[in-house]
Amino acid sequence: MAKNYVSTIINGESAEFLCEPQQTLLDVLRDVIGLTGSKEGCASGDCGACSVLIDGTLVCSCLVLGVEAEGKSITTVEGIADGEKLHPVQQKFLEHAALQCGFCTPGLIVASKALLDANPNPTETEARYWLAGNLCRCTGYDKVIRAVMDAAAVMRGEAS
Amino acid sequence: MPGLTYSAPTSVDDAVKLLAGSSGLAKVLSGGTDLLVQMRSGRLKPELIVDTKKIPGIMEIREEGGGFVIGAATPGAVVEAHAGMNKAWPGVVEALDLIGSTQVQGRCSLAGNLCNASPAADSVPALYAAAATAVIVGSKGRREVPVEQVPTAPGRTSLAKDEFILEFKLPPRPARSGDAYLRFIPRTEMDIAVVGCGISVTIDDKGVCTAARCSLGAVAPTVLLVKEMADALIGHTLDDATLAALDKAAQAACKPINDKRGTIEYRTKIAGVLARRVAKIAFDRASGKTVKAH
Amino acid sequence: MNYIDSNLKVVGTRPIRPDGVDKVTGRAVFAADTRVSGMLWGKILRSPHAHARILSIDTSKAEKLHGVHAVVTAKDFPDIANEEAFVGEGPMNFRDLSYNVIARAKALYEGHAVAAVAATTQAIADEALALIDIKYEVLPFVIDVEEAMADNAPILHDDMFTGGVTPKPTKPSNIAKVLTFKKGDAEAGFKDAEVIVEGKYTTKPVHQGYIEPHACLATYAADGQITIHSSSQGHFMVRAYTAKLLGIDIANIRCTPAEIGGGFGGKTLIYLEPVAVALSRKSGKSVKMQMTREEVFRGSGPTSGAAIEIKIGAKKDGTIVAAREVLKFQAGAFAGSPIGPGCMCGFALYDLPNIEVIGYDVVSNRPKVAAYRAPGAPITSFAVESALDELAEKLGMDPLTLREKNAAKNGSKTHYGVTHANIGFEQVLAAVKTHPHWKSAVPAGQARGLACGFWFNIGGESSASVHVNEDGSVSAATGSPDIGGSRASMGMMVAEVLGVPVSRVRTTVADTASIGFTFLTGGSRVTFATGMAVTQAAEKVVDELKKRAAMIWEIPADAVEWKDGMAFPAGSNAGAFEPLDLTAIAAKAGRTGGPINAEVSVNAQGAGAGFGAHICDVSVDRETGHVTIERYTAVQDVGKAIHPSYVEGQIQGGAVQGIGWALNEEYIYNDKGQLENPGFLDYRCPVASDIPMIEAVLVEVPNPRHPFGARGVGEVPIVPPMAAIGNAIRRATGVEMHNLPMSPPKVRAALDAAGK
Repeated sequence: MAKNYVSTIINGESAEFLCEPQQTLLDVLRDVIGLTGSKEGCASGDCGACSVLIDGTLVCSCLVLGVEAEGKSITTVEGIADGEKLHPVQQKFLEHAALQCGFCTPGLIVASKALLDANPNPTETEARYWLAGNLCRCTGYDKVIRAVMDAAAVMRGEAS
Repeated sequence: MPGLTYSAPTSVDDAVKLLAGSSGLAKVLSGGTDLLVQMRSGRLKPELIVDTKKIPGIMEIREEGGGFVIGAATPGAVVEAHAGMNKAWPGVVEALDLIGSTQVQGRCSLAGNLCNASPAADSVPALYAAAATAVIVGSKGRREVPVEQVPTAPGRTSLAKDEFILEFKLPPRPARSGDAYLRFIPRTEMDIAVVGCGISVTIDDKGVCTAARCSLGAVAPTVLLVKEMADALIGHTLDDATLAALDKAAQAACKPINDKRGTIEYRTKIAGVLARRVAKIAFDRASGKTVKAH
Repeated sequence: MNYIDSNLKVVGTRPIRPDGVDKVTGRAVFAADTRVSGMLWGKILRSPHAHARILSIDTSKAEKLHGVHAVVTAKDFPDIANEEAFVGEGPMNFRDLSYNVIARAKALYEGHAVAAVAATTQAIADEALALIDIKYEVLPFVIDVEEAMADNAPILHDDMFTGGVTPKPTKPSNIAKVLTFKKGDAEAGFKDAEVIVEGKYTTKPVHQGYIEPHACLATYAADGQITIHSSSQGHFMVRAYTAKLLGIDIANIRCTPAEIGGGFGGKTLIYLEPVAVALSRKSGKSVKMQMTREEVFRGSGPTSGAAIEIKIGAKKDGTIVAAREVLKFQAGAFAGSPIGPGCMCGFALYDLPNIEVIGYDVVSNRPKVAAYRAPGAPITSFAVESALDELAEKLGMDPLTLREKNAAKNGSKTHYGVTHANIGFEQVLAAVKTHPHWKSAVPAGQARGLACGFWFNIGGESSASVHVNEDGSVSAATGSPDIGGSRASMGMMVAEVLGVPVSRVRTTVADTASIGFTFLTGGSRVTFATGMAVTQAAEKVVDELKKRAAMIWEIPADAVEWKDGMAFPAGSNAGAFEPLDLTAIAAKAGRTGGPINAEVSVNAQGAGAGFGAHICDVSVDRETGHVTIERYTAVQDVGKAIHPSYVEGQIQGGAVQGIGWALNEEYIYNDKGQLENPGFLDYRCPVASDIPMIEAVLVEVPNPRHPFGARGVGEVPIVPPMAAIGNAIRRATGVEMHNLPMSPPKVRAALDAAGK
């Protein structure tokens, strides 16, 4: 099968890859590039575990073709921290114990970062609806929402 | 999918040529939130994918002649962020906003939602109610049709093989107009509509409805534009008798099926319930109130 | 040693978990994240029929496809004996397990694995599956539990004769066994009753819904040595089951536990591993397999659905004098529903003089059930706790008072023979009574429900090791897969015993070749049993450290005291030497006898039973039947919370799974016996916007059998939600909700039927 050549930026670095046209961006990230932080929980856009940012927009990477990444800038969970310095969302997930098994966590981290980029001061309800596409079966969402709200406060400079 | 080809043309002509020249199944890709799921499950095995997103203007919204032109592949999130659309067509915006998750909002489009031709598509009843038209391009040129002429059956449209939707047009709003959309789902998010209802009205200064378009989703093989519901509203204020007549007209229009998402009986009842609730919001908006539907 | 009354420095605090950073940065390696060069992708072909005889399987076309390296069917697995062993959380018949992993003579449910291929790419593997030609004789099927029990029902297994009845039946049946538990004389008790409630209840099978699909990577080397990397609740379980199903020695298999993306009981069975090994053996290459979400729903185990009849009789003062329950549990295609715990758990909360419980384990054409959080208990408690609420209303009594009046206490004898000891149910009810949620007025337009839950918790076999490293830092390892943060609690117990900061201890989960046998993570046993093992290992290390200090100081070992992470000379030598910390002792380990470490294996007994009570406020949209959970509080006796955040997390997560079970989750079958909703879209787990904050209230009644007083906490929280919500809906609408899920169409239909 003919492969397509795709040139992108992934987590700030230029990345080139070859992919088959039916391969999703998630397939490419995991199987071609080797970035396995984005998870496959459903491959149908229903669980959010594969969430990434494309040019800053939150999407499910299982619902994007790899070839569509041409010329785009992709941010995956591996690109959320600044080197060894965790993003406030990551730090607060740890402090609030907002993860148990940790499988949905990469998607939640990416989606929460996107929320706080778009809305630095969300209400609890806004956070819950924004994250409704990220299934978590372990936590019951309580600590996840608390972590996101706390991270928002940190990013606004109102908490540490 | 042996032999699948992906192409991202940068002009309408190139896109039409690609579609016309394909010997097998060719699919237009805008947001892909339905197409990729269908490909992954094996339900669809296209030979050609034409990604239209690189066609100039197809991802944009512009105001034209007092109305709006929305590029066919414009993602939901972009429409929702558009102040003019929120003001003029809050029902269309909230209907589009209900499709899938935040992640899906980053990709899903009006064209995809319409051409997937699901009777439960959220944005479609709102577009019907809004009297939106679709600008369709193909080998034979360009045509503009009311949106309700596009879906013909579950998963089927009236578009020819070499055609695709380039943009949607929403007409100018007369004074004292309002629209709204509600759907019923078992959860609060992430479900497919059990029933959807879109209503657009214009009222006079006494609150009497002078024009109305009403539609129902998920109660028939395609989204329905229900004239009897509009008739129940036109010439009336939204009093209890009007609401009862609207409820009755909505229930009478339903031809649903029993499936995993709802029974005939339940869907029919809910169509009436939603019609009443949607009408209240649309009338409130027409009278100048800002109302959040969900 | 027992630390319950000690001044604890680490246990009870909330440190960041040791695997946390890996999990928030995407570095954690789950089962599907591993790749090796040259590996193949394995895929499974599944039956489209609910019940069919397999007449022939022709794999020749698939084998010829370029890129296909192996195709396997049941012929590639030994047909093992029909023998039952008690492993996991219930009895396991290895022939059944083998037939479930790959169908032999019959496909017993839609989604039953029939053949598998290994190919160079996933796309080729999919293509190959389509080339396998299977001839089926489609047979009549049965899905519903009561229909499966009927005389004329299609029979799944010709050699299944109902157990537990005399005389032994001569006709095969779908009823695998009947269980009977009796205490006192229920018939006589009901004659004494002044008020009686009766009802029939049904629940639907629900899936654990872990977000990580099953996945594994297996390699069969030419010398017969096998490595398996997979996600499970017990890599020793994977090793033992895989060995059994393939007829290989356990010693030839090494299982490495991947990070596990949720299990809740659903990963206490194997599905892929023996198939991957068989494909690897046949192809000579490593084989990776991962289920799609659809396969997870169609092919892996949910918990049982059930039909329950219940009758409870009481005196006018609320004293319950008799209780009877009949439980019919769907086991799926093979015997082994959680009918035992189902029979035990419902009435175990109450001190009742006369009880009769009858349970049926029933097969039907559905996936074989797997454990799911407190297996069986949520089903029985939905009926019991709903009936109690109706009883309270009939008596004109507060539902909490009714429960207080009848609550089990230390010394109460259950109908299954165990006498309760060291339980905290009364303390839980007392905490409900004083909680602001319970004391607050019910908001207008809402109603409040209360329900309780019980799980006996288990102990069992666990191994753990503690090593003092050369620099005095500490490495701990256990054999328990960490499903919800147990590495943190294990490390905390070690740090507490050693007297060092928790940051000095790193805890890992060791593979099957690196630690002693450890039973799987389930039944809420890890903090209890593995916690006991790791605590004892740390104590042995302390003993060794004291010995080493004594050698350094050249004094007797019993003249050394261990305090705050340091050795002090004691007795007549007190003050004679500067104290030595771990770093100092470790530095001299080579000269005082070598490495300092200990490994301990235990078979822990005395897991303290857990009790909880949930308070739930709901509002009901009477026109649509939609129920909104407005406020939720979960009170539970947790023994001692080692890491309170993760204890709260267990309670919150369990409660929300229960909310999903109550409101929307179900398996929907079409008229061909095929599952209609094998995806998250239509299975409808709760999403973030469906749920309020879940207040977890920790009641700490220490379990004296555990060094720190811990008792299992993960199971109880899923038990009360269904009845708590049903009771709230009933109080909101006046309509009894006896059938799960209480989804909008059902609630609206119930309201319409009642004319409300």
